[in-house]
Amino acid sequence: MNITTLVFILLSVMAVGSALMMIASKSPVHSVLWLIVVFFAISGHYILLNAQFLAIVNIIVYAGAIMVLFLFVVMLMNLNADTEPIKNYRLQLIGVISGGTLLLIILSAVMKIDVEQMVEMKTGDAGLIKSLGFNLFKNYVLPFEISSVLFLSAMIGAVIIGKKDEITHEG
Amino acid sequence: MMLLSVDISMVLEKLLLIVVVISASLVIAMYTTFAERKVAAILQDRRGPNRAGPFGLLQPLADGLKLFFKEEIIPAFSSKFLFILGPALAMLTAMMTSAVIPWGGTIELFGRKIDLQIADVNIGVLYVFGVVSLGVYGIMIGSWASNNKFSLLGGLRAASQIISYELAMGISMIALLMVTGTLSLKEMVDLQQASYWNIVYQPLGFLIFLICAFAECNRTPFDLPEAENELIGGYHTEYSSMKLGFFLFSEYINMFISSVIMSTLYFGGYDIPFINEAAMFSPNVVAIIGIAALMAKTSFFIFVFMWVRWTIPRFRYDQLMYLGWRILIPLALFNMLATGGAVLYFK
Repeated sequence: MNITTLVFILLSVMAVGSALMMIASKSPVHSVLWLIVVFFAISGHYILLNAQFLAIVNIIVYAGAIMVLFLFVVMLMNLNADTEPIKNYRLQLIGVISGGTLLLIILSAVMKIDVEQMVEMKTGDAGLIKSLGFNLFKNYVLPFEISSVLFLSAMIGAVIIGKKDEITHEG
Repeated sequence: MMLLSVDISMVLEKLLLIVVVISASLVIAMYTTFAERKVAAILQDRRGPNRAGPFGLLQPLADGLKLFFKEEIIPAFSSKFLFILGPALAMLTAMMTSAVIPWGGTIELFGRKIDLQIADVNIGVLYVFGVVSLGVYGIMIGSWASNNKFSLLGGLRAASQIISYELAMGISMIALLMVTGTLSLKEMVDLQQASYWNIVYQPLGFLIFLICAFAECNRTPFDLPEAENELIGGYHTEYSSMKLGFFLFSEYINMFISSVIMSTLYFGGYDIPFINEAAMFSPNVVAIIGIAALMAKTSFFIFVFMWVRWTIPRFRYDQLMYLGWRILIPLALFNMLATGGAVLYFK
């Protein structure tokens, strides 16, 4: 067992454990904090795969910005177990079915993995910022631009929603 | 079992470097609190602290001792773990940035070349940015766990303020990356040593970065999370003893680290201006002079932080948001476009 495997096992335990804790926690604030730990563990996995750029962007975007907003909303609404509405039987059934379907898809993907061909760890430069840049702006420039248009439209949508509120508030 | 196949002396060297850097940051932050009181006194035509020791030099120790002996109060109905985690996280994120800063050149000791940098990662700038974006958690968690409306308001203000100013800061950094073409802080300093400092190419970017650094450190004029005349003490209202000390102290460490970052990114880091020091002295002397140069630049920026604090009154919250979203972000975008155009034209 070399050090990479040891780190991998540690990170995996951390990721799966915190994900379970996220679901099991009664308080939404604790759930959000556990989710942040999950993101850190996943970033650790990215670093093991020598994808430092992805690792740090994962932290900046997910742990640093999106989860702050999550925490912000949860704290502001002061959610806790008492105010949580009791979901009826049908809703629970729908949740079980959709969650189970996702589990099936993931399982079928995992079953197909060839264990002999594990990912190369700490080698290759596919995840480094230079090769990433060349790939994004040369080989995959069209999908990249299309996704940026998607982001732009989402941004405009957010601005319009914000403006609408402002207009009704003033008028 | 051969688990660690790494160079033991390398590990020792890095460990030593970490201990030195962390303790140096702590001592410097300690004396920054003293300097702040002295600078405030000078700007307000007072004497400032002068009782503890010669020239009041022992004042920070006295302050620390006082904080340790204060009664520790943990409010009822608050999450005790999160209440303690808040200030601990604030301190941790304040210290983490120091890992990627190049504090000086290379020192030769006992036949080994020691880089005065804990980790020269090739995404150094992004690492700094990531840690800055995590800095808000300490305040948010602490303020929520306090179970106090004033604290919560302070925490929410801190979160929205830091997210808003991160954008402009990030965009101004992108312009800098376009000029230098590297994400490693060490390479950035090397480039500045070979040519002009980045401030020559990025004056507007530096201004935006400076303003955002004030907001990210929660310093006046942007210290709304702890605005004492509206929110009592803001996010640390419920804190006492050394936990309050951690919150206050992490602000000074943040100030020190962001001053170092500004010197490194825009003012040549450990480069000494106008002379080619490598040709004049032995490498070890050059490294020591380099550290002194970096500290001199840093001290200047720390002074600017204090100067502004005791000169400009606090912003109103809507003014803060207006400045961040309507002025700094368009300016930063303009700066990025202009820089991109210039890089394309000249290179």
